[in-house]
Amino acid sequence: MTISAHNLWLIPLLPLLASASCSVIRRRGRSLAATFAILAMAGSFILSCIALRTALLSPASHLTSNFTWFGVGDYAVRLGWLLDPLTAFMCVMVTLVSLLIFIFSIGYMKDDPNFKQFYCFLSLFAAAMLGIVVANSLLLLFIAWELVGLSSYLLIGFWFHKPAAAAAAKKAFITTRIGDLGFFMGILWLNNATGSLLFYDGGRGVLEPGSLAGLAAQTTVGGLAVSTAIGLLVFCGAIGKSGQFPLHVWLPDAMEGPTPVSALIHAATMVAAGVFLIARVYPLMTADLGLAGAPVHALTVVAFIGAITALMGACIAVGQNDIKRVLAFSTVSQLGYMMIALGVGSWVAAIFHLLTHAFFKALLFLGAGSVIHAAHHEQDMRSLGGLGRRMRVTFGTFAIGMMALSGVPFVFSGYWSKESILHAAHEWDVSSLPFLMGLSAVVLTAFYMTRLVAEVFFGKARSASAEHAHENSGVMTVPLVILAVCAVGLGFLGTPAWPWLQSQLTGSTMPAHSLLEGGGLTVLSIVLVSVGIGTGWALYARHPRQTEDVQDPLERAAPGAFGFLAARMRFDELYLATFGRANGYIAALADWLDRRVVGKIVELAGRMSQSAGRFNREADEEGLNTGFNAASDELRLAGKLYSQAQTGETHGYLRVLAIGFVVLAIASMLGGSR
Amino acid sequence: MSSLPLLSLIILTPWVGSLLLVCLPGLGARACRGITLAFSLSTLGFALCVLSSFNPAAPGYQFVERRDWISSLNVHYFLGLDGLSLLMVLLTAVVAPAGILASWKLSSDVRFFGLLFLALQGAALGVFLALDFVPWFLFWELSLVPAYFLIKLWGGAGASRAAYQFVIYTIGGSAFMLLGFAGIFLATGSLDFPELSRLGADGTLALKLASLGGFWPMAIFVGILLGLAVKVPLFPFHTWLPSAYAEAPTGVSMFLTGVMSKMGVYGFIRILWPLFPMRLHASAPCLIWLALAGVVLGAFAAMRQTDLKRMVAYSSINHVSYCLLALFAVASANGPGGEPSVAALGGSLLQMFNHGISASALFFCVGILETRSGGLRGAGDFGGIRSSAPLFAGLCGISMFSSLGLPGLNGFVGEFLIFKGVWGLIPWAAALSCLGLFATAYFLLTFWQRVFHGPKSGAAAGGFAELHGVEVVTLAPLVALMFLLGIVPQLLTGLFNPLVGIWVGHFTK
Repeated sequence: MTISAHNLWLIPLLPLLASASCSVIRRRGRSLAATFAILAMAGSFILSCIALRTALLSPASHLTSNFTWFGVGDYAVRLGWLLDPLTAFMCVMVTLVSLLIFIFSIGYMKDDPNFKQFYCFLSLFAAAMLGIVVANSLLLLFIAWELVGLSSYLLIGFWFHKPAAAAAAKKAFITTRIGDLGFFMGILWLNNATGSLLFYDGGRGVLEPGSLAGLAAQTTVGGLAVSTAIGLLVFCGAIGKSGQFPLHVWLPDAMEGPTPVSALIHAATMVAAGVFLIARVYPLMTADLGLAGAPVHALTVVAFIGAITALMGACIAVGQNDIKRVLAFSTVSQLGYMMIALGVGSWVAAIFHLLTHAFFKALLFLGAGSVIHAAHHEQDMRSLGGLGRRMRVTFGTFAIGMMALSGVPFVFSGYWSKESILHAAHEWDVSSLPFLMGLSAVVLTAFYMTRLVAEVFFGKARSASAEHAHENSGVMTVPLVILAVCAVGLGFLGTPAWPWLQSQLTGSTMPAHSLLEGGGLTVLSIVLVSVGIGTGWALYARHPRQTEDVQDPLERAAPGAFGFLAARMRFDELYLATFGRANGYIAALADWLDRRVVGKIVELAGRMSQSAGRFNREADEEGLNTGFNAASDELRLAGKLYSQAQTGETHGYLRVLAIGFVVLAIASMLGGSR
Repeated sequence: MSSLPLLSLIILTPWVGSLLLVCLPGLGARACRGITLAFSLSTLGFALCVLSSFNPAAPGYQFVERRDWISSLNVHYFLGLDGLSLLMVLLTAVVAPAGILASWKLSSDVRFFGLLFLALQGAALGVFLALDFVPWFLFWELSLVPAYFLIKLWGGAGASRAAYQFVIYTIGGSAFMLLGFAGIFLATGSLDFPELSRLGADGTLALKLASLGGFWPMAIFVGILLGLAVKVPLFPFHTWLPSAYAEAPTGVSMFLTGVMSKMGVYGFIRILWPLFPMRLHASAPCLIWLALAGVVLGAFAAMRQTDLKRMVAYSSINHVSYCLLALFAVASANGPGGEPSVAALGGSLLQMFNHGISASALFFCVGILETRSGGLRGAGDFGGIRSSAPLFAGLCGISMFSSLGLPGLNGFVGEFLIFKGVWGLIPWAAALSCLGLFATAYFLLTFWQRVFHGPKSGAAAGGFAELHGVEVVTLAPLVALMFLLGIVPQLLTGLFNPLVGIWVGHFTK
C-alpha cells in the first residue's frame, strides 16, 4: 500500500477536522471529543506509516504535488506537498508521540471543565505541526508554522484564569514572533530573488541547484552571499521556535501549560519545528559553503548558536528546582545539540537526535506529569521524594528516559544519537569550540538528570502530597511504557554498525563502522557520562534530602553561582531592562509625537488663525465704518455674519491644512527634483 | 444583463429608505430598525446581482450609466463599475448592515439614526461608483453630513468636538481637491475620470496642465493629494481620526473604519495615480516615508493607548497605511511594473477589504465591552471575561488574530502580498514595516490578556453576559468571512485579477 504526494494533505487534515468538530461539540461531550481526536490521530499515524513505506521505496527522490493557491495578475501563489524520507520519518514520529500524549491526557485532564476544548487545541497543534512537515512550499510551511504558534499560545494559556499562564502564553507568542519576522523577511527575499517558494518543482524550486547557484553567486551587504543572508534570516525563525539563545526565554515559562502540552511542545511539535526547518532548507544553508572569500557561512552561525544554547541550557538546568523547568532547560540544551549537528554539516545526526529525543523527552514529561498528577500538582522536587516505591511504573520508565537523555552507553537511544552529533562536531574543521562545549554539556546533563531522579524518587516523602501519591491508572502508564520501549529501541536504527536510518534519510547507503568507531571519543564520552552520574549520585542519592528546606549541596558550596543559575542567568531581567524598556520608550515617543507635536501644531495653527480671524473682523469693521458709510444695512449685516463665521475654529483647521499643503508641496517638489 | 440601472439602484435604494423614514415620523422603534436594516441589506442583494453577471476579464467599466447632467459644464451623471468598485461595494454591503445590527440596542431616536445611517451608506456607495468628478465629489461631501450628526448626537462625552474636528478637517482637505479639479477642468474641459485617466496615462494631461503655467500644475496635484490624504488618513493628517473613531457610537465607528477610510484609498487608486502617474512617481520617495510613519508610529502609538477604542483606531491608521505604502512603492518603480508591483497592488486591494472586515469586528467587540460596563472602555477596566463569556472571547480573539495577520485568516493574505511586493520594490521599507507587524501583535495580545484572561476583575468581576442573538448575528458573518477569505482568497482576487496587471502596465513609468 502506498500513498501519493497528492494525497499527503490527508495527514494534517484528519486532526484538523477533529479540531474543528471538537470546537462545535457541546461542552459536556467529553468522551466524544477525546474519541474524535484520538481516532483522527490514529488515522494520521496509519497514513504516516504508509507514507514512510512509500518514501522508502525510493529514498533519494522527492515526491511532490503542487497547486496554485490563488493568483494576482500574473503572479501565482503556489503551494504543494512533499514526500521524502525526512517528511515521512517526522510524520510517523509526530503522529505516534502525539497519539500517546492524547491518550495520556484522558487521565491527566479528566477533572478539567474545559476538557473538550483541550482536545480541540491539541488536535490543532498536531495538525499545524504535520502541516509544517508535509509542506513543499516555504509559504505553506510558514502558514503552518504560525498556526503552531497560535496553538501553543492557546495551550500554554490553557488555564487562562491564572495570570502567570496568560503572561507566559503571550510571552511565547511574542518572542517566537520576533524570530518569525526574520523568517518572514527571509521568505520575502527568497521569493523575490528566485521567483518561487516551492522547495522542489521540477528544477525550478528554491532548493534545487538552479536557484541555489544564483543565490550563492550574488552578494549583498557586508559581502555576504544572498543565500547566506536568506539562510540566516530563516534561521531566526528557528531560533525563536526552537528556543535557541537568545530567544530561549519563552520556553521555560511555557511550563505554565498543562503537562501534556509541555510534552507535546518539547517533544513532537513546536521546538522540533525549528530543527526540522533547517534540515528541510539544508541545501539553501549549505549553498555558501563552496564560497572561498565569504565573511561567514550560515551554518557556522548555526553551530555556534547551538553550542551556546547547549551549554547554557545545561548549566541553568542544574539550578532549577521545579521538575518541569529542569526538563524544559534540558530541552533547550538538547535542541542546542541538534543545532550543532546541523551547523557542523550533519543534518542526518540532527534528525536522528530529534527523533530519539522526541520519544524520551515525551516520556520524561509525561512521567513528570504522572508524578505531578499523583502528587496533587506539587512540582517542586524539594517537596517530593520517595516516589520510587509508590509509583513503580512511573519510576521505571522515568529512569529509562533519564538514562536515554544522559546518554548512558550502548542500550539507550540518546547515547547513539548524541554520539553521532559529537562525532560530527569533532570532525568539523572550522572550530573545535562547539565540540568542547557539547562535551561539557554531556557531564552537566548526566548530573542534573541524576539530581532530578534522586530528588523525586529517592529518600522519603517530604510533603503530604508526596506521601499520598500513588501510581496512576493504565491510561497514563501504558503510554509511558510504550514510550520507554521506543526510548530504548529507536537507537538501534542508527548505530554506526547498522546506520539504517541515516541511509534511508539520505537515500544513499552509509558505510557501516564498528560500534566503537572513533574509540577515543567513545571512551571519553562514556567517562564524562559516568562522571556526571557519579557526582549526582554522590551529592543527591547517597544522602537524600530529609526535609523540604534543606539547602541544596551546590547552593551551600556556591550560593552566588547557584542563585544566578536558579534565576535563569537573569535573561528575563536583562531583556526587560533593555528591549522591554526600549519598546516602551518607542511607544511613548510615538504617542508623544502624536499628542504633543502633530496635535499641538494643529492646535497652534488653530489659535493663530483665530487671532487672524479677529484681526480680519476688526479690519472689516474699520473698513465698514470709515469707507462705506453709505453702504446699505443689508451689506452691513452680511459683513457681520461673515465676520462672525470667522471667529470659530473653522479657520484654524483650514490653516492647518494650508500648512500641510505647503509641507506636501515642498515634499513633492523635493521628490520631483530628483 | 437587462437594462435595469443596477448601479443607480445600489446607490439610491438606501436613500429611498432614508426618505421613507423622513416621511414616516410616527413609526415605532422596531419598525424603524427593520426598515433601516432591510434597506441597508438591499446593497448586498444588488451587489450579488452585479457579481453574478460581472465579467472580471473584461477591461474597462461595466454596468455603465451615462446621462447628460449639466451640459454647459460637460458634467455627466456617469456611473460604472470595475473590480475595485465592486470590491468596495461588497465591503460596504457587509459592513453597513453589521453597523446597523451593532446599533440594534440604541434606544434614543431610532428613526433619525436609521435615516442618517442610510444616507451615509448611499453616499459612500456613490463615491465608489461615480465616474464623473461632480457627482463623485457630491457623494464625497454628502457622506460627511450624516457622519457628523451620527458622531455628534449618539457619540460619547467628547463627541461634539470630535465630530466638529472630523468634519472641518475633511472639508478643508476637500476644498483643496475641489480647487484642483477646477484647475483640471480649466485645462482640459473634462471631469470624466476614464477620459482623464487616458490623458494621464499618455502624458497629455501633464502637458495641458503645464499650459496653466507657474506653480499651478504642482498645486493641483498637491491639492487633490491633500484631500485624499486627510480622508485616509495619511500621516501626519491623521489627528482627527483617533477621537472621531473613539467618540462615535459603535456602529458608526465600524462604518467609519470599515468603509469611509477606504474612500480615501479608493481615491488614491482611482484618481490620483491614473491622473498623475509621473508626479506620483516623483513624489513617491517622500510619500513612502509618510506611509511608513503611519505603519510604525500608528502601531507604537496604539501600544500606549489605554482607551481600547483609541487603540483600535490607531491600529486602523497602521493597517490603512500598508495600503498606501504598497501603492507608493508601486508608483515609485522605474520601468514597467513586474511581479512585485502586481503583488503589492493586489495586496493593497485585498488589505482594503480585509481591514474593513477585521477592524469593524474589533470595534464591535470593544463596543460590547463598552455597553456591558456602562461606558467603560479602558484596557484595565476588565479581566477574565473569557471565563464568563467564552463565545464572545472566541469571536473577538479570531478578529484580533485576523487583524494581526495570522495565516489562515483574511489579514495574512493581503499583508503577505503587500510585503512581498514592497520587498521586491524597496526592500528596506518592507523591513522597516515589520516593526509595525511586531507592535500590532504586541498590543493586541496585551489587550486580549488584560481583558479576557486572568481572574475576573473590574467591570467583569461579577461575570460578563455572553453574546446574545443580535450580537451573534452581527459578529458571526464577519468572522465567517475572515476564515473564508483567509482560506480562499481567490474569491476576491478573482474580481480584480486582470485589472491590477493592466494598471501596473499602464501607469508605472
